[in-house]
Amino acid sequence: MSERLAKLIAEQTPVAGHRPWPRYEVDQAGWIVAAQALGEGGGDLLGLWGEKDFVHLALRVAGAATPCVISYRVKSADFPSVGRYHAPALRLERAVRDLYGHAPFSSPDRRPWLDHGAWGLRAPLGPRAPSLRRDPAAYDFLPALGEGLHQIPVGPVHAGIIEPGHFRFSVNGEIVARLEERLGYVHKGIDGLLTDTDMERASRVVARISGGSTVAYSFAFARAVEEALQIDPPPRAKILRGVMAEIERIANHLGDIGAICNDASFSLIHAHCGIFRERVLAAADRAFGHRLMMDRIVPGGTEDAGLGASRALQLMLDEIEKPFAEIVRLYDDTPSLQDRTCNTGVVSKELVEKWAAGGHVGRASGRNFDTRRDFPYAPYHDTHFDVPVFTAGDVDARVWVRICEIEQSIVLLRRWLANLPPGPARVELPNGTGEGIAMTEAFRGDVLVWVRVEGGRIARAHARDASWFQWPLLEAAIENNIVADFPLCNKSFNCSYSGHDL
Amino acid sequence: MRTLLLRSLFLRAVTVPAPRPDASPPPAEEAILAELGKALEVRTRRLFGRSITIREVDAGSCNGCELEIHALNNAVYDVERFGIKFAASPRHADVLLVTGPVTHNMRVALERTYAATPDPKWVVAVGDCAAGCGVFAESYATVGSVEKVVPVDLVIKGCPPKPIDLVKGLLELMDRATAKPAAKPPDQPAAQA
Repeated sequence: MSERLAKLIAEQTPVAGHRPWPRYEVDQAGWIVAAQALGEGGGDLLGLWGEKDFVHLALRVAGAATPCVISYRVKSADFPSVGRYHAPALRLERAVRDLYGHAPFSSPDRRPWLDHGAWGLRAPLGPRAPSLRRDPAAYDFLPALGEGLHQIPVGPVHAGIIEPGHFRFSVNGEIVARLEERLGYVHKGIDGLLTDTDMERASRVVARISGGSTVAYSFAFARAVEEALQIDPPPRAKILRGVMAEIERIANHLGDIGAICNDASFSLIHAHCGIFRERVLAAADRAFGHRLMMDRIVPGGTEDAGLGASRALQLMLDEIEKPFAEIVRLYDDTPSLQDRTCNTGVVSKELVEKWAAGGHVGRASGRNFDTRRDFPYAPYHDTHFDVPVFTAGDVDARVWVRICEIEQSIVLLRRWLANLPPGPARVELPNGTGEGIAMTEAFRGDVLVWVRVEGGRIARAHARDASWFQWPLLEAAIENNIVADFPLCNKSFNCSYSGHDL
Repeated sequence: MRTLLLRSLFLRAVTVPAPRPDASPPPAEEAILAELGKALEVRTRRLFGRSITIREVDAGSCNGCELEIHALNNAVYDVERFGIKFAASPRHADVLLVTGPVTHNMRVALERTYAATPDPKWVVAVGDCAAGCGVFAESYATVGSVEKVVPVDLVIKGCPPKPIDLVKGLLELMDRATAKPAAKPPDQPAAQA
């Protein structure tokens, strides 16, 4: 099937001005071939999004080095469902229909996803028809039938300091028979805000799609715009971007490792990781003027680092590296903790391959993929680093992926900080026109950003978080585990709500 | 683990001293936190006996504010030493800490959380989105700032606010609350936009 898809692609002429991956406009038959090929394991789904008259599908054909985008012109408000053949597309299609009104024809799941009936509008980015408000709780959860099964509804307001979402557990005693997620509570209309807007405003919105991944989003957005306008940021900017991206990864992984252990009631590691994380954020603040480094990466380069940035960051690394290694040993030497994390929340390799799940979710279950290495971009393209891959697929493996990634990030940071190139960190953007796409590796996994620039303005941009392909696997991970292990499993995924809900 | 615990016994605390309430010369952050913490503790005790309890509600945030609110509980900021703690249920809360431009999809949940919080209660809007809808204004999907849905007693700005600013903000809330303890009429959402 992937041969058929490869042949179909080979016969197409790419749409002009789309960089760096080709974009093809296909007819209905071509679209269905692509959907079927994905369903048969002939490639990875990287994204599916809408605009006024089109739906776009980003995918990588199995074995191909370069991904591509396939576009279908929507006819009479529908398009052939991809989810019918390839389940990972289902939620993305439901989102396209909710926002644009393009209905996935013959989709097995016709329920709304982001539209909770609270907007007073149907398809706000499409026909924008007025619509009656619905009871927000009215939603057809999938039935779970069986003797002794009962349901536990959780959320949208959760017990911790976390984002909102609803989890519906069907349980038999302590055992989870089915978890169904309902998301979309923090839908802010980001696709709408990224339609026909100026570059500065778009950059600020993109930096706030998911606060913890602000660097990764701005990085992907900047690269996509630079591809569209065919400009190259200065060498200093490229390195600074890598520095910020790795600091962001370390800070988030530290927070996650601590929080996972805390959810297994091992607060000592949590306390120490909290201190390390604070040191990292304080150093980021000194170096870049913002603890989360928000709005620092912009199309054309970066805001320059402050004086002494490199020294402040190196001192921070010196301060945390050894104590962190000690905490890792503690994790490794504590059987009572591993009793909770090992064999808990297992995700199979088949599932992570099918969902093309990135980040620690994929790499803990044997999917050897890292955007930094596999779709290389500056400053990673000419430097070596290891991509840790584990196969157990449990909470423990997801902790180890994070631990090893922190170690690799420290190596990369030391390499770059020792040799920060001088010179300007930013170039002016020309008033050009074009389309660009880029993927960066956020701490959760791959973030994809697609843009269409017209006369220096953002005509349309779309961002797809790694969590789109991880949330569904959490439902699989918790199956047959006990309810009390859900926080542990959930934290080991740490999917983004805001990045997913848009 | 034993060596780690033993060593911790002899280490100085990593916790920063409390900040001063006013914005005047921001000398070593470390130097001010202690003072502020003491002031905060005095007020908290006068009002609530020993403590206030916070329920955090993300009503549409990008998660940036949550990350910084989280930091309040780490060993460096450690707000529990001032008698401030976070609760899992609004039923146990005195203060709702609300973030985000309130989305239409979260509006009902926020209203219900507010209704579930017993009087006396205070609402703190955290972050630029909660204060004035930030970059997410003019969207079909957002209601707007928090005060459009529930009455707000205090706004802490910043995108996101630093943990130290959150501590300062909580002090300000205590000041105001002491000035007019529970004088508000119960449960009247400010405006039904």
